[in-house]
Amino acid sequence: MSSTVSSGSVTPSPAARPTRPGGGGPRRGRRGQLLGRNPLGLLLSAPYLLFVLLVFAYPLVFAFYMSFHDYFFAAPGAVVDRPFVGLANFQEVLSDPAIIRSFGNVGIFLLINVPLTVVLSLVLATALNKIVRARTFLRVSFYVPYVTASVAVVVVWLFLFSGNGLVNQILGPLAPDPAWLINPLLAMPTIAIFVTWKQMGFFILLYLAALQNVSDELYEAAATDGAGKIRMFFSITVPGVRPATVLVLLLATITGANLFTEPYLLTGGGGPNGASSSPVLIMYQRGIEQGEPGIAAAIGVILVIGVLILAFIQRKVAGGDES
Amino acid sequence: MSNAQNPAVTAGLAHADPAQTSTVRTRTGRRNVEGMSRGQNILRYVVLSIGALLFLFPFYYMVIGSLQTAPDPTIAGAFPNPGNVTGQNYADINSRINLFQGLVNSGIFAGGVILCTVVFGVLVGYALAQLEWRGRGVTFALMLLVQVIPFQLLMIPLYVMIARDYGLADSYAGMILPFAINSTAVLVFRQYFLQVPKALFDAARIDGAGELKILWSIALPLVRPALLTVVLLTFIGPWNEFLWPFLITKEAALQPLAVSLANYLTNVAGTAANPIGAVLAGACVLAAPMVILFIIFQQHFVSSDIGSGVKG
Repeated sequence: MSSTVSSGSVTPSPAARPTRPGGGGPRRGRRGQLLGRNPLGLLLSAPYLLFVLLVFAYPLVFAFYMSFHDYFFAAPGAVVDRPFVGLANFQEVLSDPAIIRSFGNVGIFLLINVPLTVVLSLVLATALNKIVRARTFLRVSFYVPYVTASVAVVVVWLFLFSGNGLVNQILGPLAPDPAWLINPLLAMPTIAIFVTWKQMGFFILLYLAALQNVSDELYEAAATDGAGKIRMFFSITVPGVRPATVLVLLLATITGANLFTEPYLLTGGGGPNGASSSPVLIMYQRGIEQGEPGIAAAIGVILVIGVLILAFIQRKVAGGDES
Repeated sequence: MSNAQNPAVTAGLAHADPAQTSTVRTRTGRRNVEGMSRGQNILRYVVLSIGALLFLFPFYYMVIGSLQTAPDPTIAGAFPNPGNVTGQNYADINSRINLFQGLVNSGIFAGGVILCTVVFGVLVGYALAQLEWRGRGVTFALMLLVQVIPFQLLMIPLYVMIARDYGLADSYAGMILPFAINSTAVLVFRQYFLQVPKALFDAARIDGAGELKILWSIALPLVRPALLTVVLLTFIGPWNEFLWPFLITKEAALQPLAVSLANYLTNVAGTAANPIGAVLAGACVLAAPMVILFIIFQQHFVSSDIGSGVKG
């Protein structure tokens, strides 16, 4: 509804707004019932709606279209035949062990990243919430990795986790061999820990906001009843921030599904031997580098369906009628 | 501009500072409400300090590493050694990739996104919060939906559309377009406008002010305090974005710094005299503007602003 209306008017001039039949036209008083009491709202929102249509809605439909066609790049404007191939792209995707492995890698990533993120950010936010001194300093230091470009911090981690890097120097004889990022068993977990570290600030921020909504009276009542600190944390704080937890779970899952920069740069393109490749990395390799956008789009569609299923399960498990 | 503290508007947003209320004791004084016994308080600080150390150390290490003549990965290398300090790495990386041009490109990319977000975001935010029009509910739902669509799914179709159909590869417009209006920022604007009593606008209408006049003279001045939050929030995305500009720009002269640094890292790092030092120097240059801006304006990066923005 709104999209069809918005696509008509790009010009931000009220005069250019086509008056709808029955919309009252220039009549005063009950003007524009069809468009609501303030039709201006639609005009003001038109650029945004157009943006959503152009950058989200259309590409989304286009992605589904591509995944069912033998799509290939052609010169702009050239009319070429891109036959409908049914599920052939999906078949190819699901029978490619490298792609299956990349989905498995995301699974490993999520298993490490999501619980670690939820637990650590809630604990740090709870601790941060109650302190008085050095509050700003601590808050800022937790947020700094989040606001810094991945590319910049990836470089430091490469240095820290290299074969003779600082982490291995500290671990001494306990250092893994081969080193973290070139070890097939440790490459993906190292990436998961990197992303946890990088994104934690944002989730601490969300939990800090949620903690403001937990009533102090609940803690008072619990204290009167003789509940201990740990009991209070699990019986008041954890349920109190549940809506935030649902959100954190969802956002952390989306972050995991979107993984690209880290495997591309930290492990040199998903190495060793595909042990840290991600679906998006393969989408880039197959879609852009090898010119098979149909395959890439099919991976994307599977990825989104996977995220939706995970989000649904999380909502069921973590509860929260509203988020 | 620098410290726009409009008490009426910020009051609702700056409530994420419970430090004052947390130490209130119960009437009896026997037991502290929030259990701030000395031991627990110390434990809190220990946990938080370990956390802060883990969060900050890589940044410290980045700076140290960028100043070393030769990479020193040993534990001693974590402490600056005056004999091993040099600015050569910065000159080195600057001779390989044009740092200034990269910063300018990143700035244009981020600036374009911020401009579009502020201009169009204010309009939608106002329309959503204060006007009644058909499609408002749908628009609001779309805004929430857009935030959970993984951008990477759209990467291939967007690449086909923008680079091939519209011919916007290797252009600032192509870089900016997919990020042009930050939906989270729109929600922050909406949140601000919601706090303005509707009666204020109704009064202006009764006085005969036109809708555009109301927007320009009443709504826009009111939203000024939100501006810095929105700019900061919006700045992070494009400044740090790697994948999209990486896809769309092949011409080195147009690449944002994040892209040229990553290309340097994957392609030519091996040929420099002190490759790690040079890359770390580049990383410092890339990280510095964002980190400095963030530290200066951190009080505008309040949890409730962004929290409400994300939650709607």
